[in-house]
Amino acid sequence: MTQPDIAVIDPGMGNLRSVCKAWEHAGAAVRLCDSPEAVGQPDAVVFPGQGGMPHCMEALRATGFDSFLKDWIAADKPFFGICLGLQALFEVSEEGETPALGVFPGQVVRFRLGTEYKIPHMGWNTVTFQGEPTPAEAGLSRSEDQFYFVHSYHVETPEASIVWGETEYGYRFVSAVRRGRCFATQFHPEKSQAKGLQLYRNFVESL
Amino acid sequence: MLSNRIIPCLDVHAGRVVKGVNFVNLIDAGDPVEQAKAYEQQGADELVFLDITASSDERAIMHDVVERTASECFMPLTVGGGLRTLDDIRAMLNSGADKVSLNTAAIKNPKLVRESSEKLGNQCIVVAIDAKRVAPDADGKLRWEVFTHGGRNPAGLDALEWAKEVEKLGAGEILLTSMDADGTKDGYDVELTHAVSEAVRVPVIASGGAGTLDHLVTVIKEGRASAVLAASIFHFGTYSIREAKEAIAAAGLPVRL
Repeated sequence: MTQPDIAVIDPGMGNLRSVCKAWEHAGAAVRLCDSPEAVGQPDAVVFPGQGGMPHCMEALRATGFDSFLKDWIAADKPFFGICLGLQALFEVSEEGETPALGVFPGQVVRFRLGTEYKIPHMGWNTVTFQGEPTPAEAGLSRSEDQFYFVHSYHVETPEASIVWGETEYGYRFVSAVRRGRCFATQFHPEKSQAKGLQLYRNFVESL
Repeated sequence: MLSNRIIPCLDVHAGRVVKGVNFVNLIDAGDPVEQAKAYEQQGADELVFLDITASSDERAIMHDVVERTASECFMPLTVGGGLRTLDDIRAMLNSGADKVSLNTAAIKNPKLVRESSEKLGNQCIVVAIDAKRVAPDADGKLRWEVFTHGGRNPAGLDALEWAKEVEKLGAGEILLTSMDADGTKDGYDVELTHAVSEAVRVPVIASGGAGTLDHLVTVIKEGRASAVLAASIFHFGTYSIREAKEAIAAAGLPVRL
């Protein structure tokens, strides 16, 4: 069996090594792509957003990846977004009042918590998977496994059908979303040891 | 609930681990990558490499170590030591580090914290603060000063003020070492950790002084540490990461088992 070809979107913000290594570990052949033209016809597109939202959206627009990603997801082609790669799918972010891709209804807001809670939300926390179980969760607990997070903003959406995972930090927030073959996590599977790699492997095996 | 993190720290000199752990079954116990993998197996939540190399030639070796670790370990990796410019930081992240830790460089050039945080995101900028107790102020309030060079040189900064300043500059996390407690095995400086943690919103990693598992529990519970860093109690096999986590769980604190 040939390895699925995964295009990792790199709009020039750097430091994608560990993401690429994790996908390779999960059985994929990985290509870093710095323009939509370079993407070609992969089996899946992965978008590991990084840094701040204003910078991230600016980089997506400058490279043309903004419309590329919207079209790719609208066509229900396999997609996996990580961290900012989840947040960018929503309409607008409070971080710099930045308009985002608008694939899903909802907004990105800063954690609204008292000072007894540290921000960023950094470290390992439990994800409770919601809705019909998907093959992407194979081998994982629906409510007990912990994954690695580091973020100060999270998404809020009126669209309950896309909520794939929730996590508790002062209150419950949406930590993963899905629709069709589009998956995205607020946490970093590539930093989450065996459980995270399991999630990537499941996605690769579905291709 | 967010788990409290246990972070082993490895001192690396010219690509080799100094005072490494005597894990059985390691092919090469001096290889930082082997050590990192062993800690990952034990369930470490993150890992810190402290590069104590002096020369820039040897720094190239550190990049190789980080690259190899990032290819085989899938947990957050922080690298500290000798990073002075934005290019140094970027290069280390590109080699596969998830965060860098800045100490003297942040004191000498605070703009570096702001610039790197703005360009690369505050999640990857850790500022390390080495603090030492000094005489209390006129009201009897405890005071700590920032030191560099292993506690030899006073930086002329109040530790709490400096912690607030680096948070403002864009540090995403503070690695706080008590120079009084470091190496004593008598426990963390809980008062220092608590004071800094109350002064800033970002997470504080407590470091220096761990000798027993109770010390870990106390600095989380009473010091408000989000994470605990330890070197020798793990390296010398006194306790395993697993035992440390069980002790924290037994104290009713959230931890990833």
